Amino acid sequence: MNRNFASILVGAALALASVTAAGAGTLEDVKAKGFLQCGANGGNLIGFGATDEKGEWSGIDVDFCRAMASAIFNDPTKVKFTPLNAKERFTALQSGEVDVLSRNTTWTMSRDSSLGLQFVGVTYYDGQGFMVRKSLGVSSALELSGAKVCTQTGTTTELNLADYFRSNNMPYEVVAFEKNEEVLQAYEAGRCDAYTTDASGLYAERLKLVAPDDHMILPEIISKEPLGPAVRQGDDKWFTLAKWTLFALLNAEELGLTKANIDEKKTSDNPEIKRFLGIEGDFGTPVGLSGDWAYNIIKNVGNYGEIFDANIGPSTKLGIARGLNNLWSKGGIQYAPPIR
Amino acid sequence: MATFLNNPTIRGWVFQILFVLVLGWFVWDIIDNTSRNLQKANIAAGYGFLERTAGFGIVQKLVPYTEASSYGRALFVGLLNTLLVAGIGIVLATLLGFIVGVARLSSNWLVSRVAATYVEVLRNVPLLLQLFFWYFAVLRSVPGMREKWSFLGIFHLNIGGLHVPKLILGESAWMIFAAIPVAIAVMIFVAKWGHERQSRTGIRPPIGLINTAVLIGLPVIAFFIAGRPLHISMPVFTETGPLLRRGFQTDSGMTIIPEFLGLLLALSLYTAAYIAEVVRSGIQAVTRGQTEAAASLGLRPRQTLRLVVLPQAMRIIIPPLTNQYLNLTKNSSLAVAIAYPDLVAVGGTVLNQTGQAVEVVSIWMIFYLGLSFLTSAVMGYFNKRVALVER
Repeated sequence: MNRNFASILVGAALALASVTAAGAGTLEDVKAKGFLQCGANGGNLIGFGATDEKGEWSGIDVDFCRAMASAIFNDPTKVKFTPLNAKERFTALQSGEVDVLSRNTTWTMSRDSSLGLQFVGVTYYDGQGFMVRKSLGVSSALELSGAKVCTQTGTTTELNLADYFRSNNMPYEVVAFEKNEEVLQAYEAGRCDAYTTDASGLYAERLKLVAPDDHMILPEIISKEPLGPAVRQGDDKWFTLAKWTLFALLNAEELGLTKANIDEKKTSDNPEIKRFLGIEGDFGTPVGLSGDWAYNIIKNVGNYGEIFDANIGPSTKLGIARGLNNLWSKGGIQYAPPIR
Repeated sequence: MATFLNNPTIRGWVFQILFVLVLGWFVWDIIDNTSRNLQKANIAAGYGFLERTAGFGIVQKLVPYTEASSYGRALFVGLLNTLLVAGIGIVLATLLGFIVGVARLSSNWLVSRVAATYVEVLRNVPLLLQLFFWYFAVLRSVPGMREKWSFLGIFHLNIGGLHVPKLILGESAWMIFAAIPVAIAVMIFVAKWGHERQSRTGIRPPIGLINTAVLIGLPVIAFFIAGRPLHISMPVFTETGPLLRRGFQTDSGMTIIPEFLGLLLALSLYTAAYIAEVVRSGIQAVTRGQTEAAASLGLRPRQTLRLVVLPQAMRIIIPPLTNQYLNLTKNSSLAVAIAYPDLVAVGGTVLNQTGQAVEVVSIWMIFYLGLSFLTSAVMGYFNKRVALVER
């Protein structure tokens, strides 16, 4: 009896000691399971990460994941989305619950250095703004002294808000909710004078108000919010793949490659386009992909400009101008290293 | 050796020691594993972040706090907010619960049906829904930030919260507070003297009257001796000027925020339904013979309830009551849903800004565990006092 007990103990000891077994590379894992697990916005942020009545996902962040799936599988549908709130998102990525976090997340130094994750790049240059009722008679954020401000907790916005009001010596009161829905409801009920979040978010949330035209977004942008996808630290191959997925989207726009014309561009004499399409050189193999990885991205999802226009551009309900997010060659700051 | 192990006392000890060793090693292994994995994933660990500047604002703070305070201070503010809502919630839930519980047993058909309906409805709707209901129902039905409802000219309600006069303590205000324990000591003495007098002469002196006078009188006397160190700051309501400047001014009076009111209301109403059931079952567990015996001794129904039934019911009521208090305290962590800055809400912000998930979650767990232990200890003390002493 005692011997049995001892052997159980030894067995338990071995089992516990092997808890720290390391997994294979993320790309191998993703290929093995046959789909990409993508952390997206669970708060229904129109234009970035949202689901419609049929449960179909859409948005810039969502399309980035589809682009990655296209690069890996040549199939944009091989993505499963995990809806995450602001608080859960990093833990979900750290713990391996998602392979990539694409959820309008601001790239900051502390997040890059101490959370065990790495930002891939910037899919959308954003900044924090304020929405107020037009009836308040305020035309600048500097007139918001003494205002009660609603926001979502667990984001960089609380910090920016505090910094802005402190540096301008204005008293304020912050009412911070866990979920976007409640922030909006409280703002609409009149609990707060202003609603603050990333400007893109404000445009999206305003659409959900009963009378969107009664509200305005103030011109001040009080922070830099470069939003982008992130991956776990320690898997450079996966990081490179994600990074170049984004660059491929930008380069395609710069080269004039679109979903519609990419097939006819196969006959193009432009060496840059030839490299992009995998006709010349092999850029896929080193990142663990096929030679036509970039072609697959554009064929399935479209280039950056197409994604922008389809989700948040001037022709959508959000109607956001390209602004900073235009290509560097067109007055914006979106710039991608070349594929060569 | 075999006989040694056959000794039940020794064998008992051996297995207990083995169990503790295995458990200890298991816990250590988990901690060690976690910290090694965190290190491997380049995630910073440790509690050093508590001293760094928090940088965010909190809407309700019982102790001084600014954006320049530390994360540790922010968590402390959150903890106090949790304690405040749990403490007041427990008092309200108990009062209401006892009333409803007794009312459920009323011989008045209407009263008992109303109490029963209350219990059934409140118990069977999830607390989070009730929380949203009270919060948004209150928000949507009260006047906006630049209007108000006033009661008696000193209480004002609008969407910004309940605005009440605020007591400002002067330097020598401590004397007033010092008078309270003195008054309590005097009251205990008076009560003892009264009882002794009653058993000696059969005449009961007006203890209640004397004690009330002492409780109010002593602090009032202290107030005048200390040179009247209390001032009242009335809420100031401005109706002119730019729209943002209208309404109640932040530096006047005291504002009880609607998030607090909503949470308090939901927690106390919800828990009161459970407490009512606890009270009802406790009272029903006291045998009918006790009531009948009391009646045959000539006690009135009210006296029977107060002197015979309730003291016996308390023995049965207190243990499950403790459970309800613990539940209420833990349920207060739903606060973050309606923006009340409790420990979980503030901790969530800290977690997000620092990314120290393991540390913040461990702080949450330790605080809630500590609170629960404290509640259990206090209730255990009361339980001992009312428990049946077997002779």
